[in-house]
Amino acid sequence: MPLLEIENLTVQYHTLRGAVQAVRGVTLSIERGRALGLVGESGCGKTTLARALINVLARNAAITGGAVRFDGVDLLQLSGGALNDYRWRRIGLVPQAAMDSLDPVYPVGVQLVETMRLRGGLTPAQARERAARLFALVGLEPTRLRLYPHELSGGMKQRVVIAMALALQPKLVIADEPVTALDVIVQHQVLRTMRELQETLSLSLLLITHDISVVADLCDDVAVMYAGRIVETGSVREVFAAPQHPYTMGLRNAFPSLRASSARLVPIEGYPPDLASPPNGCAFAPRCPFAVQRCWGDDPVLMPTGGGRLAACHRAMEADVLRIQAPQAFARLEAIGSQAVEGGAPGGGIP
Amino acid sequence: MSGSERAAALPQWTRAAATWRDALLVTWAVARRDRFALAGLIIYAVLLAVALAAPALAPYNPLDLNYRPDGDVAANEAPSLSHWLGTTNLGRDVFSQVMFGTRVALVVGFVAAFGVVVLGTLVGLVAGYYSGWVDTILMRLADVAFGIPFLPMAIVLVAFLGPSIWNTVLVMTLLLWRDTGRVIRAQVLSLRTRSYVEAARVLGASHVRTMFVHIAPNVLPLSFLYGSLAVGWAILTEASISFLGFGDPNVISWGFMLQDAYNSQAMARHAFYWFVPPGLCIMLAVMAGFFIGRGYEELLFPRLRRR
Amino acid sequence: MSQLLEVTDLRKEYPLQSGMLSAVMGARRVVHAVNGVSFALEEGGSLGLAGESGCGKTTTAKLILRLLRPSGGSIRFAGRDVAGLEGLDLLAYRRQVQFVFQNPYEALNPRFTILRSLLEPLIIHDIGRSLTERVERVAMALDRVHLTPVETFFPKYPHQLSGGQLQRVVIARALLVDPLLLVADEPVSMLDVSIRAGVLNLMRDLSRERKLTTIYISHDLALIRYMCSVAAVMYLGTICEIGPTAEVIEHPRHPYTQALVSAVPDPDPAQPRRPVEIADTVPTPFQLPVGCPFADRCPQVMEVCRRVRPALLPEAAGVHVACHLYPAGTREAH
Repeated sequence: MPLLEIENLTVQYHTLRGAVQAVRGVTLSIERGRALGLVGESGCGKTTLARALINVLARNAAITGGAVRFDGVDLLQLSGGALNDYRWRRIGLVPQAAMDSLDPVYPVGVQLVETMRLRGGLTPAQARERAARLFALVGLEPTRLRLYPHELSGGMKQRVVIAMALALQPKLVIADEPVTALDVIVQHQVLRTMRELQETLSLSLLLITHDISVVADLCDDVAVMYAGRIVETGSVREVFAAPQHPYTMGLRNAFPSLRASSARLVPIEGYPPDLASPPNGCAFAPRCPFAVQRCWGDDPVLMPTGGGRLAACHRAMEADVLRIQAPQAFARLEAIGSQAVEGGAPGGGIP
Repeated sequence: MSGSERAAALPQWTRAAATWRDALLVTWAVARRDRFALAGLIIYAVLLAVALAAPALAPYNPLDLNYRPDGDVAANEAPSLSHWLGTTNLGRDVFSQVMFGTRVALVVGFVAAFGVVVLGTLVGLVAGYYSGWVDTILMRLADVAFGIPFLPMAIVLVAFLGPSIWNTVLVMTLLLWRDTGRVIRAQVLSLRTRSYVEAARVLGASHVRTMFVHIAPNVLPLSFLYGSLAVGWAILTEASISFLGFGDPNVISWGFMLQDAYNSQAMARHAFYWFVPPGLCIMLAVMAGFFIGRGYEELLFPRLRRR
Repeated sequence: MSQLLEVTDLRKEYPLQSGMLSAVMGARRVVHAVNGVSFALEEGGSLGLAGESGCGKTTTAKLILRLLRPSGGSIRFAGRDVAGLEGLDLLAYRRQVQFVFQNPYEALNPRFTILRSLLEPLIIHDIGRSLTERVERVAMALDRVHLTPVETFFPKYPHQLSGGQLQRVVIARALLVDPLLLVADEPVSMLDVSIRAGVLNLMRDLSRERKLTTIYISHDLALIRYMCSVAAVMYLGTICEIGPTAEVIEHPRHPYTQALVSAVPDPDPAQPRRPVEIADTVPTPFQLPVGCPFADRCPQVMEVCRRVRPALLPEAAGVHVACHLYPAGTREAH
C-alpha cells in the first residue's frame, strides 16, 4: 500500500469572479521511501494541492470532494488534535518561501527547539539535543544553532527550515519550491542534502516545483500537473525520456539546455485556461497540436498506459509517433501565432 | 485597418487614464458599497442645490432688516409662516441666512480642499521624486506646518491679512497641505522604484514628464481621499474663525450666525431656532466630508476594513 | 569590426547605511556593487552577463543605461563617454539604448492603455509627423512582436494581459525608437516555462533581423548559451571569465565558472554530472578581500590568491580569465 493516496481530490476557491476550481479531481499516490516531483506552471494548482493534503488552505478555499489517505487513514475526516498528530508528527512541511519567515529576533536554534517542544512535547533538554543532531543531519555545524537568521546564507536558512520539517521524524515531507530562491550552486547543494536525507531516513518526499530540472535531479517519480489535473505520471527517467502527454512533450523542447547545442526552442503557444470557467473537453486542447475533435468535447481521464505509467490523453496510445512529430507540430503552432490558438478553433489536428 | 481609420477611432482610448472620469467612477463605486458615503454624497448634493438656488429661493435678503406691520423692527421673532426660522435680534431672517451660509461653506470648503490637494500633491511629488536635499527642505517645511497650532495661527494670519473669505481659504491651504504632502511623498517614494518609472527614464522622459505623466496619475486617488477630508476640515475651520469674530462681517456664514446668536444671548433666551440650524448644517457638512473620505479609504485600502 | 560599447574598469559604490552601530563607530562602509568591470561589445554582437544574485550584473546594466552614474571607470558608446551626457545628447543616447525589464507586470504604467504606453516613446522623441503615423508605427511594433490583431490590444490595460503578452509589449516599446543596443535583464525569469521559449525566440529573431547589439543578464547559463555569442561570468562585482559562450560553458577555466556550470541541473536525468564542491558562505560585497574575491570559497585556493587580485588576462581560444591558476607564463602551453 502506498504511504499517501490522494483520490479524486477537488478544491475550490471562492472569489469575486465566482468559484475557481484550482484542483479538479486529482488522483495520485506516493510510495514509501520514494521522492515524487509535482511539476506545473504557476496557477496549475500544485501548491493548493499540497496545502489541501494537510488541510492548511486559505480561508476562501474549500475541499469539495475526494479523499486523502495516509497509511489508510483519511486525513480529511480528522480534525483538531488527531489532525495535528498527522500534520506535524507524520507529515513535515517545508512551505513556500519558508526561509524568509524565520523570526529575525530569535536565534535559529531557539526556533527549532520551540517547534519541537510545542508540537512534539519534548522536554527542553531533549529538544536541544535533538536540534544539534538535526543540524548535523542537514549539513550545518551545531554551533550555528546560536546564530540569527540574518547571519546565515540563503542555503543555510533553507537547511534550517528543512531541519524544522524533519524535527518530529515524519514519514512524509512535503516541500514547496524549496530551492527556488537560491542561487544555482547552493540550490544544487541543498538538493543533494535532501536526496541524502530522503535515502538515509527512508522518507517519502513530495517535491513541488515549476522547474523540471530540479525534479530530474532529485526525484524518483514525477507527476505533471496542468490546469488543476494530473496529466501524466510515472518514473522520472521514463517520463522525461518518453513523454506520453503532449504537454510534457512540449515542455521538453520549451527551454534551453546548458549541455545540448542550441537547436531552436519550441514554445507551447497560448495560455492555460481560466479555471473560473474550465473548458468542457481537455484543458490542454487549445494549445495542443495533436487535438482531434474528441478532445474538445470529452475530457480525458488519467488511464494506465503500461509499465506503471498513467496519462490523461485520448491519443496516449499513439504517443510514440506523436513524440517524434512534436517539435515540428508545436513549431507549426508557433508560426501560426498565438491568436489562432487562443481563439480556440478546433483545427490544429495533425495526423 | 488603415492608419487614418485607426486615428479616427482614437478618442475612445488614447487619452491617458481619464483621471476625472476615473474619479467620478470611483466615487460612484464608493457610494454603491457604503451607505454612509452615499449619505455624504446626498448631503453635498442638497447643499450644492441650496447654495446655487439661494438667491432665487431665499425669502429675504439675509442682511436686510425686517419690519412688523406696525413699523417696529421684527427682532427676535419666533418661527412663523413669514419667518420659518424666526428672526435675529436685528430683525434679519434666519432661514435666508442659513441658505446663504451654504454658499460660503461650500466655496470655502471646496476651494480650500482644492488648494490643499494641489499644493500637497505638488510638494509630495517633488519631494518624493527628487529626494535628497529637495526632500529634506520640503519635509522640514511640513514639520513646521505640523508644529504650528492650527487655529491660533489661522486667526493670526487672517487678522494680519484682513478678514475676507479668500484670506481664510488661503490660510487654510497654507496650513493644511502638510498631511497630503506627507502621504503623497511616501507613495511617490514607493512608486519611484517601480519598473515603469525606470522605463520612462530609459525612454528619455524628462523629470517633469516622469513626475506628471507617469507618477501623478498613480497618486491622484490618494489625493482625492485627502481632498475629501480637507473639505470637512475647511468648513469647520471657517466656522471657528467666524465664530471667534475674525471672519468677514459682510458675508453671512454659519460661523458668523453662531457668533451673532452667541453675542446677543440667544442661548440664554432659548432661541433654539436661531443657533441650532447653522450648527446642524456645519455638523452635517463636516460629517458628509468624512463619510465620503472613509468610503474612499476603504476602497483604496481594503485591508483597513474592519474584520 | 568597430566596438559599439566599451566598458573600462567600471565601478559603482554605495555608502552603506547600517543604522546605529556604524553611526556610533563612525566608520563609513561602502558596498562595492561593481568593482572594476571591463569588456567590449562589437556592433551586432550579443553578450551574456551571468552570475548569482548580488554579483553586480544588474547594476552594470543600470550603469550602461545611465539609470545610475558610475563611481569610477568609463562607458564609451560609439566612441562617446556616456557618463558626461546631458540634455539633448542624453536624449539621443536614450534613443539608442533600450531596456527590457525583468518584471513585465511592473514595467508598464498601470493607468495607461497599451496604445498610450507605446505612444510614449514616440511622443518623447518626436517620432512620426502625425498621430495617425504614430498609431501606425505602434500597430507595426505590436505586429512585429506577434500581438495580433493589434487593435484588440490598443485599449487594454496591463492587468488585462498575461505575463508573456506584457513582455512582448515591453519589447515592442523598446524597439519603437529603433535602438542600436538592447539590454535585457532576466527577460523571462518571471514567465511560465511553456511561454519562455516564445519570448526568447522573438528576441533572438528580432535582434538578428535588425542586427541589434544585445546584452542579456541572467543567472541561467542555459539561457545565455541559447541567446549569446559571448558570455561573461561575474562574481562579486568583477568579471572572472569572459569568452565565446560555447567555450566558456564547455571548457570552464575559472574555478567559479566550473562550479557554476556543474551545478546547473539538467532536465535530462540520464545526463551524468560531476559537481565541483565550493563552500556555502555569505559573500558580502562590503569587505572585499585584498586578493581574489573568490578565494574564500575556491577549492583550489593558493597562497598568492589571498594577497594579489588576479587580472583578467587572455587565455586560450579567445577566453579571458582572472585566476592565478592560469599565470601568464603557462598560457600558451594550455
